[in-house]
Amino acid sequence: MKGNEAIAHAAIRFGVDGYFGYPITPQSEVIETLMEQAPWKTTGMVVLQAESEVAAINMVYGGGACGKYVMTSSSSPGVSLMQEGISYMAGAELPSLIVNVQRGGPGLGTIQPSQADYFQTVKGGGHGDYRLITLAPDSVQEMADFVALAFELSFRYRNPAMILSDGVIGQMMEKVRLPQQRRRRTDQEIREQCPWATLGRTPDRAPNVITSLELDSEVMEKNNERIQAKYRVIEEKEVRYEEVQCADADYLLVAFGSAARICMKTIELAREEGIKVGLLRPITLWPFPMKELRRYADQVKGMLSVELNAGQMVEDVRLAVNGAVPVQHYGRMGGIIPTPDGVLDALKKKLIS
Amino acid sequence: MDIETIKSPENLVYAKPELLNDHHMHYCPGCSHGVVHKVIAEVIAQLGLQEKTIGIAPVGCAVFAYNYIDIDWQEAAHGRAPALATATKRLLPDRLVFTYQGDGDLAAIGTAETIHAANRGENIAIIFINNGIYGMTGGQMAPTTLRDMKTSTSPEGRDVATMGNPLRILDMLALLNGVCLATRVSVHTAAAVKKTRRMIKKAFENSMAGKGTSIVEVVSTCNAGWKMTPEEANDWMVEHMFPYYPIGDLKNI
Repeated sequence: MKGNEAIAHAAIRFGVDGYFGYPITPQSEVIETLMEQAPWKTTGMVVLQAESEVAAINMVYGGGACGKYVMTSSSSPGVSLMQEGISYMAGAELPSLIVNVQRGGPGLGTIQPSQADYFQTVKGGGHGDYRLITLAPDSVQEMADFVALAFELSFRYRNPAMILSDGVIGQMMEKVRLPQQRRRRTDQEIREQCPWATLGRTPDRAPNVITSLELDSEVMEKNNERIQAKYRVIEEKEVRYEEVQCADADYLLVAFGSAARICMKTIELAREEGIKVGLLRPITLWPFPMKELRRYADQVKGMLSVELNAGQMVEDVRLAVNGAVPVQHYGRMGGIIPTPDGVLDALKKKLIS
Repeated sequence: MDIETIKSPENLVYAKPELLNDHHMHYCPGCSHGVVHKVIAEVIAQLGLQEKTIGIAPVGCAVFAYNYIDIDWQEAAHGRAPALATATKRLLPDRLVFTYQGDGDLAAIGTAETIHAANRGENIAIIFINNGIYGMTGGQMAPTTLRDMKTSTSPEGRDVATMGNPLRILDMLALLNGVCLATRVSVHTAAAVKKTRRMIKKAFENSMAGKGTSIVEVVSTCNAGWKMTPEEANDWMVEHMFPYYPIGDLKNI
């Protein structure tokens, strides 16, 4: 099935309580699949087509405030509209899942694939000091698997999580093994797992108030410090990445999502020519595999960050290695997908010759 | 009669609603918000819904509504309360879910969320405070500011040729099939407060009965923003606001 369809099926099977979304290419199959599956008849999952992405993300805020598993999906221009809500959820420390099946920008741009929302996703996007847990799938299987992982991390740390995909992964068809159907949690289970949730105030506790507002600067700074401390824990514990033929590599490709798929072929082509190339694929874009990249700086002669954009993740790769080895970028924009040959040529021109 | 006698339970003629806590309200003296808060607290208790109610607070003067009524609350982004309420009520259909919104929140920045929640007939109650001005930010023009009314962003008075006409959004909402109650009330006299209590109760009952969206517009004063005494503000509201925003039901099914 398609990556987008896999997300929808995985959400139902995970026991998601609510999906709120607005159609946009190239990810409308998510809501279409949900509407076709009609999970409200089986698991009781709510599926609602909102009037805008602004409304959709605020519905997610409301559902997250109730401690429910709630999610939305969109593509780049729609995700821009959601930034306010994402910032509010980070501020109010609400869990949720947002899926971005990226397309090319800026503006209305193109409906073709892109990875140009890296900055928006991992550097902020909305206002204020916050971070978004970001998972980057490179297969239809990971589209399905990361639904559960994103909710797990999101609830563990009370922070929104994003699956940052792109039009290639969303639209391509692969075999996928879906998880077993889980039942949705009862309100009583939610009360136990999320004592902060607004499910109605029981006599044994004070009112639960979900807010990001605090006008006393002293207290607001403390709130920020608490949130930042949480981010440091996530950076320490939740980095995920994949290494491909890195052990003997002289050159390292760094790529996520569909770009990483292309780099797999580049590794083959390069090794046929006797150039030892490996790939480090960040699975979490935030937290970013800083230490792991720094380690490879002692081994390789150079790194090439391959992205479907003008050069965004390359800045984090450079920060990670801090000048220890040359780091270059190769990318295509506007919905053009780099070829394995193109990546190999860029590697030779920018780092070898 | 000494103070202790006056305070004794058998002589008590008025008590603060149980759900209204002891936090000092930040509202200006003379403002309508405090009265509406009290009425909401009374009605929730009267219906026995204190354990089943989730309130959605707006951005505006009532941003701190959650500090005063002892129920669970969500604080929304400006204008988005009906979106939060939509999800909350759909995910928790046996709860009472209401939003509390001002005119800027509901009729300017949140117009789309308001109209579409009502059009879907979400089983929520919307308490809409219309005082014709942005109070929290210091008295700027609202969508509901009357023609020729002076505010800090219409210092010469609202010029409808360039600033548009005051928006009667309740009239628009009443047209929608999803809406079961669209009514205008006020809280400037004891009788008016009584009527408001009745309509808010109806709105909450509608939410629990799944009858659709209920909107109770409270035509209110903002004496600080209007730069009047509370009494002058009440008179001004009756004389100027009521003709344009007439009190009564537009729809009550």
